[in-house]
Amino acid sequence: MKSDRGDIELAGVCKSFDGITNVVDGVNLRIADGAYCCFIGPSGCGKTTILRMIAGHEDPTSGEIVIGGQNVVGLAPVQRRTAMMFQSYALFPHLTVRENIAFALRVRGQSKADRLRAADAMIDKVRLTQFADRLPAQLSGGQQQRVALARAAITEPRVLLLDEPLSALDEQLRVQMRQELRRMQQELGITFIHVTHTQLEAIALADLVVVMEQGKIKQAGAARDVYAHPHDRYVAEFMGGQNVLSGRVEKVNGASFTLSQAAPDGIEVPLQARATVSIGDIVDIAVRRDDVALVRPGRDLPPGCTTSLPSRVLAIEYQGYFVKVMLDTVPDDEFVAYVPEKTFFADPFTVGDVVMATWATGSALPLA
Amino acid sequence: MQPSPSLIPSRSNLAGWLYVSPLVLVLVPFFVAPILVVLAASFFATDGFGGLTPGFTLASYVEVLHSALTLKLYLATIKFTALTWVLTLIIGFFVAYFLVFHVRNQLLAIGLFLLCTVPFWTSNIIRMISWIPLLGKEGLINQALLAMGVIHQPLEVLLFSDLAVVIAYVHQLTIFMIVPIFNSMARIDKKLIEAAIDAGASRFDIMRLIVVPMSKSGIALGTIFVVSIVMGDFFVVKVMSGGGSASVVSAFYEDVGVLQYPTAAASAVLLTLVLVAIVSVILRTVDIRQEIAR
Repeated sequence: MKSDRGDIELAGVCKSFDGITNVVDGVNLRIADGAYCCFIGPSGCGKTTILRMIAGHEDPTSGEIVIGGQNVVGLAPVQRRTAMMFQSYALFPHLTVRENIAFALRVRGQSKADRLRAADAMIDKVRLTQFADRLPAQLSGGQQQRVALARAAITEPRVLLLDEPLSALDEQLRVQMRQELRRMQQELGITFIHVTHTQLEAIALADLVVVMEQGKIKQAGAARDVYAHPHDRYVAEFMGGQNVLSGRVEKVNGASFTLSQAAPDGIEVPLQARATVSIGDIVDIAVRRDDVALVRPGRDLPPGCTTSLPSRVLAIEYQGYFVKVMLDTVPDDEFVAYVPEKTFFADPFTVGDVVMATWATGSALPLA
Repeated sequence: MQPSPSLIPSRSNLAGWLYVSPLVLVLVPFFVAPILVVLAASFFATDGFGGLTPGFTLASYVEVLHSALTLKLYLATIKFTALTWVLTLIIGFFVAYFLVFHVRNQLLAIGLFLLCTVPFWTSNIIRMISWIPLLGKEGLINQALLAMGVIHQPLEVLLFSDLAVVIAYVHQLTIFMIVPIFNSMARIDKKLIEAAIDAGASRFDIMRLIVVPMSKSGIALGTIFVVSIVMGDFFVVKVMSGGGSASVVSAFYEDVGVLQYPTAAASAVLLTLVLVAIVSVILRTVDIRQEIAR
């Protein structure tokens, strides 16, 4: 209770509901005070359970949850000084916006004048002054979300937990509210933990992105790290924007190795962080979709490109500033090139064309 | 399919009437007509031997309203109603609360809910008679208290008393509170409770600030059931009080027995007006339309 710091440490946190399977399976994580952290993963990966355990609505089966240097397992949400913003908001339907926001102060026994003053200040902060006397049902989705945010923030928690806060909104509003969340987080200066299944949301908002699968953390790091340098196939595929290929190591030559593939000369991959590769290993590599260039057969490859894979164009999608070209480069995996719009239309391909997919050798990334 | 009613006004009227006709066919002969008959009879004169003279006189109303007995009976009935209402409300609310918020297993909740209906598997009369072995002079409670030495004479107040009447009412009518309150409580999103806990609300705060206000329409519906049944009853009062107490309805039941139809009718009309007033006060405080519409 003494500490105002909102840094969080999860140590060996496990949660099992049935005593057999762990929904959360030995999670270790450190979240800095005042960070914006996004948990991301498919439904059922345990991200919401982690959030609920940090919030105090669920107790871990084992492990410690430390907030501001204090183990909070077994404490009530109020004692933890956390506040949760629920999925679909869980606003009290029979209370007005002002009463909803003042609710936490009311149950803390603050006088009516005090709590209404505090609520009005908060209402002002989330720009809902003209809606203060309305019931939640009379508000739009975005306004409801702001009420939920204000209701959670009014107790000055040191950690704010958001359970899929944007999933109830339509696309345009989502982008708008996303910025608002970030603005609020900076204004309040407290730790935000945000659970989502939308990759774009996570990388747009978070200082720390935590990718989860089946109760385990697959990768945790800065948004750019996780997106551009995925650890493994799962993270690469889940975060998107990458083509994942796999093949057998044919040659190891100093700082790079060669992967056997459909390409006549194989694929040359720099070793980078992956220190140990031996001949015969099956290795996954990732190549960013926007690093892939398409060249008509017989033309010169762009400088720095040593690998080119013959492919047929399967489908083309116009996306505005780029064109998404789907190829049959690798037999079992999706292979996509994001070609800048202007480049594409300088020499447009059509479905069925044969092209050479190539990329600068340095941009291929070996995966764990 | 009929042509769209909105296109042709006369057809639309016909279609509308067709839709309501089943209800009208039930309500008119079985509800509207009897009320009109009673209303008409309350204004008729009588020869004192059951014969009615069609006409318009307020004599019956004057008689009913001038009788000291009327006030006494209303007070007695209101006392029973109030006691029954308070007890059924408290019991019904907590039973529903328990079923909705404390029984995690839904199957178990439904089972327990059905258990509440067990007393209704038998007739009202048997249910009342079955109190005798428990509450009677030689009944279980008296025997137990005598055996424990708490009392030295059997308690007379247990059976054939106002207490017995209230016990029987509560036994009979609590289910009418449980069902609608259960219904509105079951609609409360569990996330709201969690959100309240998150905000630091105690169990009591949650009940006071979330559960009670959100069960209001169920409470109102249950109240209407209980109040109108108790106010309209004479049988339970008669049997359970052993004839010692009476209600408004038992008075006009007596009137009918001695062929005083117009005063009985006037009393009935009066009671109906009182009930309508009570129900409209309830409806004014609580909007139960949302409960029915949802």
